[in-house]
Formats: sequence, structure tokens, C-alpha cells
Amino acid sequence: MARSESVRVPLGASVPSSTSSVPVTTVTSRHSALVRVTHWITTLCFLALLVSGVEIVISHPRFYWGETGNVLATPLFKLPIPSSRALVPTGYGYVLPDQNGWSRYLHFQAAWVVVLTGLLYIISILFTGHLRKNLLPRKADLSWRMFSTSIADHLRFKRPGAAEAWSYNVLQRLTYLFVILVLFPLVIWTGLAMSPAFVSAFPLTVTSLGGQQSARTIHFFVSLALLLFFLVHVVMVFLAGFKSRMRAMITGRAGTSMERT
Amino acid sequence: MTDFSRRKLIITGLATAAGVTGLGVAARLAQKYGLVPPDHGGIYGLGETLTYASQRLLTRHSLAREFRPSQISKPPLANEIPPLSDAFKRLQAGGFADWRLSVNGMVERPASFSLAQLKGYPSRSQITQLACEEGWSYIAEWIGVPLSHVLGVVGVHPQARYVVYFSIDPQWWESIDMADALHPQTFLAYGMNGDELPVANGGPLRLRLPRQLGYKSVKFITHLTVTDSLKGFGKGLGSASPEGGYAWYAGI
Repeated sequence: MARSESVRVPLGASVPSSTSSVPVTTVTSRHSALVRVTHWITTLCFLALLVSGVEIVISHPRFYWGETGNVLATPLFKLPIPSSRALVPTGYGYVLPDQNGWSRYLHFQAAWVVVLTGLLYIISILFTGHLRKNLLPRKADLSWRMFSTSIADHLRFKRPGAAEAWSYNVLQRLTYLFVILVLFPLVIWTGLAMSPAFVSAFPLTVTSLGGQQSARTIHFFVSLALLLFFLVHVVMVFLAGFKSRMRAMITGRAGTSMERT
Repeated sequence: MTDFSRRKLIITGLATAAGVTGLGVAARLAQKYGLVPPDHGGIYGLGETLTYASQRLLTRHSLAREFRPSQISKPPLANEIPPLSDAFKRLQAGGFADWRLSVNGMVERPASFSLAQLKGYPSRSQITQLACEEGWSYIAEWIGVPLSHVLGVVGVHPQARYVVYFSIDPQWWESIDMADALHPQTFLAYGMNGDELPVANGGPLRLRLPRQLGYKSVKFITHLTVTDSLKGFGKGLGSASPEGGYAWYAGI
């Protein structure tokens, strides 16, 4: 069990008694205050971006590749949904109400908040060692055996052991790193590539993607990937013990092994 | 323990005071340097102000991308236009010979221009993209006179901060700051793809502003006003767009 050696398990965690027998001051925080605050701000922003993003897509549920795309051009694909614009041929006999005004205001406001929160998070995890200690895979994790064990455990829906309430397994670490270092930067980049003023100063942000419509299409798929992560993340929280994981992310205190089962 | 708490309290208090003062100073400076959009109020004001301020600091003089003639979208797209009024149809019947563009406000010489006069000024063309807030876009060649030329003819007062522009359709008016008004790619466009500007695309005269979304490129322009404040126009939010729920600054 080399893995659990590096994990800080509080004294109370292995005691099969009631939860409150451990004084708060001796319990190590499962998640630091900064991680908890940025986590929930990001959650709120993601939901706002998701809802407003869906509303914006409804006004033109067609996707293209290259610089331009419109109802006279051949789309890459169409979403089989009605539209909020009469100009778009959807096959539906009705037009949905226009929600783009507030959706766009909300989309960009939430984007600002999540980008600033993300910057704060990135800077802090570099300085506090959270990135090195908790997100980058441990040396022991990078063996094929550990990796396949982790995958097998997940496939069997095996409940995490006591140590995992205090640390991330290798699949979690790689997934979080992928979301933080690949999906979020990509969704911000493709978003900026659709801004006519931003690309006037930084044209490479859009030309490197093949054009403004390519940026929009990639933005859509990266958003889908983020949505998939969000759904799997929520399911995993339920499987691992909703109450204890929510408490860990809200108050910072982890649950004991008794509560999870 | 109490010493530690007191120190913590003092530090927190000082940090909060510094933060509030900093925000106050930032707001004052932002106002002074024209970094606050007219629709900065309300729950979305923070995002709008951050966007507009950042764009003004980063992209004041940058040029919109221009494209090759082979990239012009064929066939050209014409978005829906509001029903044309009788006044418009009368002007159209006369070949727009009586179409006028009046310019007033903070200018030395208020004037009214015919299309022929506007076409007499040095003509420029640009092949730029028109992107709609809905997500679609097209590329076209736009021919016209830079707005800065017309503003030079009428002589803009130095304290001017915005140009408000009006369509013949009274529901449709917009405004831009002087950075956009004097930008070399901001045109009063009367031609498209080597021809007259079709009515479906805003002919005989529309504003072209390639660094902002399509809804700022108002069609059927008849009137411009130069001003130092947007308070007296409509609800004071800058243009018809925020009154209809859309952002005033559409450079994103």
C-alpha cells in the first residue's frame, strides 16, 4: 500500500464511531478554501454558460467549417431542433421566442467570471503545490498496473477505499488535468476567435483554426465535452457518497468511512 | 491568540479598504478614459464593462481582417429587413436621387448630403466579414466613404465622444464611440460586390463596422448626430439594442 502512505488520513477517519467525536481543529481540510470557492463559482458559471449557450445556438442550429456559413451555405451538420429565427429552415412549423439578448449578456459575464476565477485557481495551485501534490499523477500511478487497476475498479463501480476520500486516483487526476489544461483553454480560445474586435488585434487566434465558423464548431464540441465531464463528475459524486463528497467540497471536512457505506 | 486575531483583523480591514479604494479609483479612471459602456447598469453591467474596457485598451486601432476577392460569399446573403415604409418606397421610386444624409450635433458645419455628394468623396472598398450575433456570417466587398471623411467635412468638436446614427426606420438607431467612428474601416457604404448596394442589404446607404457584429451596421442611414453624451437619446442606454435587451458594444 505504497499509495496510501502519501495520503494524509485524519485520526478520526478510521474510527468507526459517530462523526462529531473529532474536534474540528484537528481535522485536516479535504479541500482548501480556495479550491472550494473556485469550484462553486466555476459550477455556477458553467451552468450559466451552458443555458445561455444553448439559447444562442437555437437562433442558428447549423454548423459550418471555414470562414463563413449561413442559410445559403452547405452546413457541416444541423441540429434537429426548432430555431428562434424564421430565416433558418428547420422543418418545424413554428419559431421559438428570441432569447439571445439576455443569453449573450449572461454568456459573456459568466465567461469573465469563470476566466478570472480560473486564473486565480491556476496561479494558486502552482504556488500551493496543489497541482504537484494532488493533480499531477504520482510516480507510482504511472505504471500500467496501477492504471489498469484503476480502470478495472471504475468499470466494476467499486466504491473508493478510505484513502481515496482523501486523495484523487490516477484517472481522476488525468481527467481533471485534461479539463483544466485542455478543455477550458480551448473553449476560451475558440470563444475569443469568434469576437470580431478581438481577432482584429489577434488574427492568429482565428486563422489558426481555419476560420470563424470552424472556431464556432469547435467551441460547440468542446462545450459538449465539458458537459460530458460535468455529467460523469456528478454521477461519480453520487457513487462515491453524495453527502460526504458534497460536505467535503462545501465545508472542507471529509466524511468518515462509516458514512460512505 | 488574541494578538494573532487582532493582527488578522487589522490586515483584513486594511486589505478591504485598499480593495474598495482601488475599485473606486479604477471606476473613476475607467469613466475618464471612456472605458465604461452606456449600458453598464444592471446585473450584466460588470461583464459588459470588462469587455468594452478590455477591447478599448487592446484593440482601439487594430484593423479587421480583410479577405481575398475569391473568398466573397456567393450567392450574397440578404438578411430579413423590416417592412419598407411608404417614405422609403417613394425615395426608391425616384432612384434614391432625393436620399439625404443629415449630420448635426457637435460639429462646426451641420450639413445634409445627397448620395451623389457622398459618392463624390474618395471612395474606398474593403472585403470584410459580416458576422451576426446569431452565429452565421458572410464575406462581401463593401464600397463607400469612410465615416471619418464625412466627419472631417463637417468638423467634429474636440469634446465629441459618440456618433449616433439613425435608419429611416425609426425603430433602428445605434451609436459608436469616436474610436470606432474614426476607424479607417468604418464606412458609409453605398456599394457591394462591385455594384450598387442592394436594398435587401441596406441600400442605398448603410453603416459598415466590421469590428462589431452585424446589428451595429445599421441599414438605410439617413441621419448622424455627434454628441458628448448618450443620455438624451432614447432611454440613455446608447442605442435601440440595449433597449431591446442586446448589448450596446457588439465587438464582443
